Amino acid sequence: MEKTPAIALKNITKVFGKIVANKNVSLTVYNHEILSILGENGSGKTTLMNMISGIYHPDEGQIFIGGKEASIQSPRDAYRYKIGMIHQHFKLVDVFGATENIILGIEDGRYDPKTAQRTIMATCEKYGFEIDFSKKIYQMSVSEKQTVEIVKALYRGADILILDEPTAVLTPQEIQKLFAVLRRMRDDGKAIIIITHKLNEVMEISDRVSVLRKGEYVGTINTAEANESILTEMMVGQKVSLNIERTDPKNIEKRLVLTNVSVNSNDGRPILKNVNFTAYAGEILGIAGISGSGQKELLESIAGLQQLRSGSIIYFNPKTGREEDLRDKTPLQIKNLGVRLSFVPEDRLGMGLVGSMSIIDNMMLRSYREGKSVFVRRKEPHDLADRIIDELQVVTPDAQTPVRRLSGGNVQKVLVGREIAASPTVLMVAYPVRGLDINSSYLIYNLLTKQKESGVAVIFVGEDLDVLTELCDRILVISGGVVTGIVDGRSATKEELGLLMTKAKHTEEEGTK
Amino acid sequence: MKTAGEKLKREPLVHISKRAALPFWKSWLIRILSIVASLVVCAVIIVLFTGDNPFAIYGTMIKGAVGTSRRVWNLMQNVAMLLCVSLAVTPAFKMRFWNIGAEGQVLMGGLATAACMILFGNKLPPALLMLVIIAASILAGAIWALIPAIFKAFWNTNETLFTLMMNYIAMQIVAYFVYIWSVPKGSGKIGVINATTNAGWLPSIGHNSYLLNIIIVAVLTVLVYVYLKYSKHGYEISVVGESENTAKYIGINVKKVIIRTMLLSGALCGVAGLLLVSGTDHTITRDTAGGRGFTAIMVSWLAKFNPLYMVLTALLIAFMQKGATEISTVFGLNDSFSDIITGIIIFFIIGSEFFINYAVKFRSHKEVEAK
Repeated sequence: MEKTPAIALKNITKVFGKIVANKNVSLTVYNHEILSILGENGSGKTTLMNMISGIYHPDEGQIFIGGKEASIQSPRDAYRYKIGMIHQHFKLVDVFGATENIILGIEDGRYDPKTAQRTIMATCEKYGFEIDFSKKIYQMSVSEKQTVEIVKALYRGADILILDEPTAVLTPQEIQKLFAVLRRMRDDGKAIIIITHKLNEVMEISDRVSVLRKGEYVGTINTAEANESILTEMMVGQKVSLNIERTDPKNIEKRLVLTNVSVNSNDGRPILKNVNFTAYAGEILGIAGISGSGQKELLESIAGLQQLRSGSIIYFNPKTGREEDLRDKTPLQIKNLGVRLSFVPEDRLGMGLVGSMSIIDNMMLRSYREGKSVFVRRKEPHDLADRIIDELQVVTPDAQTPVRRLSGGNVQKVLVGREIAASPTVLMVAYPVRGLDINSSYLIYNLLTKQKESGVAVIFVGEDLDVLTELCDRILVISGGVVTGIVDGRSATKEELGLLMTKAKHTEEEGTK
Repeated sequence: MKTAGEKLKREPLVHISKRAALPFWKSWLIRILSIVASLVVCAVIIVLFTGDNPFAIYGTMIKGAVGTSRRVWNLMQNVAMLLCVSLAVTPAFKMRFWNIGAEGQVLMGGLATAACMILFGNKLPPALLMLVIIAASILAGAIWALIPAIFKAFWNTNETLFTLMMNYIAMQIVAYFVYIWSVPKGSGKIGVINATTNAGWLPSIGHNSYLLNIIIVAVLTVLVYVYLKYSKHGYEISVVGESENTAKYIGINVKKVIIRTMLLSGALCGVAGLLLVSGTDHTITRDTAGGRGFTAIMVSWLAKFNPLYMVLTALLIAFMQKGATEISTVFGLNDSFSDIITGIIIFFIIGSEFFINYAVKFRSHKEVEAK
């Protein structure tokens, strides 16, 4: 088989404000090849692909297609260069069928769905796609929609196909079907790029693997010469010392016990499968995992925002000594039981705060019900707002400023400050330092440690493995909704965590069906 | 380091960006300028299409609205009625519940009032009759709003369509009862109810029969303002309207808030129906609400759901309507012409909000030359 470079990137750099998303990335994809791009969250995989498909434009560096320098200014340009991208979130019109969606936006002067459908069917036959032309998009399963997206790219003549996490939403059987058509397309001479973080899939489908870490290009390796531990090491890198002050847990006692907790998504897909763990007062329990592995649902289950399919969540009340089952309770019922639960959700402005309201009014969210009066009291929230602005160095004109006007880091400080001020017994935080600078991050780490020392059970969902191993006393690793391990925070290595995070449990998935 | 890509980069001609908060005086300056601009555009159109002197027309509009003391009272009454319906829809809109069914809710409140006046008018003592009328009208408006609220809360139906359709049902019900109660039978009109006994009529204060209406609405304005701004319920309405997820996260029962707020919205519409039937018209027709249920939406939005500002926006719109009717009679212009002028002015007022929220920058010459 002849192998020619289909697309080559030379020293690509992309900067968003102060954040460097890609730094000097160079890589080449050949025809007749499947290349995996591997990296943790925030390593710059999607940004890189968006530059190839014309959504962003690189600040520095060049893109060569078929050996010639190319300027890709828009997705339309990308199609001219025969590049097709299949996004993680499909871009299809729900009320149209497959044919209409595939030919949508092609400006060749005529609209002829019948002829188009014949061409589409020929493509499907060639590579082994199955499309039901009588269905509308909204009647299709996720896998069928993905097929339509791929065929759409091929119909526009794409020779270079980019798939952004194509297996994230598929069942194991659908993944095998997808891999089969990808292999057939490769054998037909197409260049295929798959973005993923599942090691077993990388090993199974790709010819070569390129690894990105924190925006930088680490290297490319032939899959045949790789194994999972080599790839993990490339992905997570050397350990960086952060010097977070970690005190030994004192007066540990059971606070929250989850037994066999399972949660399904609205469309019936299992998201959490038989999760078991105990959170102790006086320790920080870290939760590690690729984003979307069920962390959000796990925290929301405890907070009373998710319907459990099975299992129980038992809270041990330190004041009364009673055990309370939090399952099937609303957040208000949980609060009325005397459970002092604080929760910093991932979606700060969409869930934790109200963007258009002032800092003061956001402080009231937790406490406005207090007292018998029909009117709200703004005095205590005002004092609290002033205190948080002062103690956490929130940069804001005043306490009346709507939180939407604050920068991301300051929004986070307001939210964390409020949740801690409620003097919780359980404090759950999801990605509390996302978007914060180093100093603010340390401020938050120290706050969490202080909470732990005062006997709070802290649950910390994080993405930076360096932070997790330096901050947490124990780390729970979750992968695809399954707890793949609970390790000691002081002895755990990043490689160990990386392997657990990417470990797929196919056998269990089959078992729960 | 120039690459092919950078050479190809094109700067758009107009750049629109979101503004940080404008100082208070600046935003009002923009609003006033927009009204001035709208008057200029209207003047051009007046000259082009009618050849009349635009200043004479504006003068007539002002005279038509506030020319005599009777007209001033009339205007005040109109403002009060429009404001009352606007107050009613505001809590719902603040909750992002698109209640466009105020028209029907007002009609049902009016129908309940008329029913009590006709059925119990000469049988109950006046004080008791008044209490019955108040209770019935509030209840009728509230029920008409409760139905779509329940469907929204429990089955997430589209409230816009639902409330709109409830308007037509209300109109037909009113048409039916107008036929049943028509005086004389079969005339299709009820006429003034209890014209001789005045039973069930809102009492007039001194010589002016509208004064009580105006006072009631003024009190309601303050109450709604306080309710929305300082009460726990008002706070919950804001949270639910801004982000349902946040509401759930802090344990607000969203269903309960939707139903409670719509009950309030409907009840206030019922009061508007009461004021229209018992306090103003003393009769009922299918047109008793007179489109106020829809105009109120505009009043409420223009004032950004602040009941105190709504006094001003209601005054502006009622003023425009009165003035526009006047010019169509004085100058013998088509009715539609006054609508055109009202439309242009409102268009400019709404458009000014864009310039308050966004800064528009044109591409600077420097960059163009650099190419």
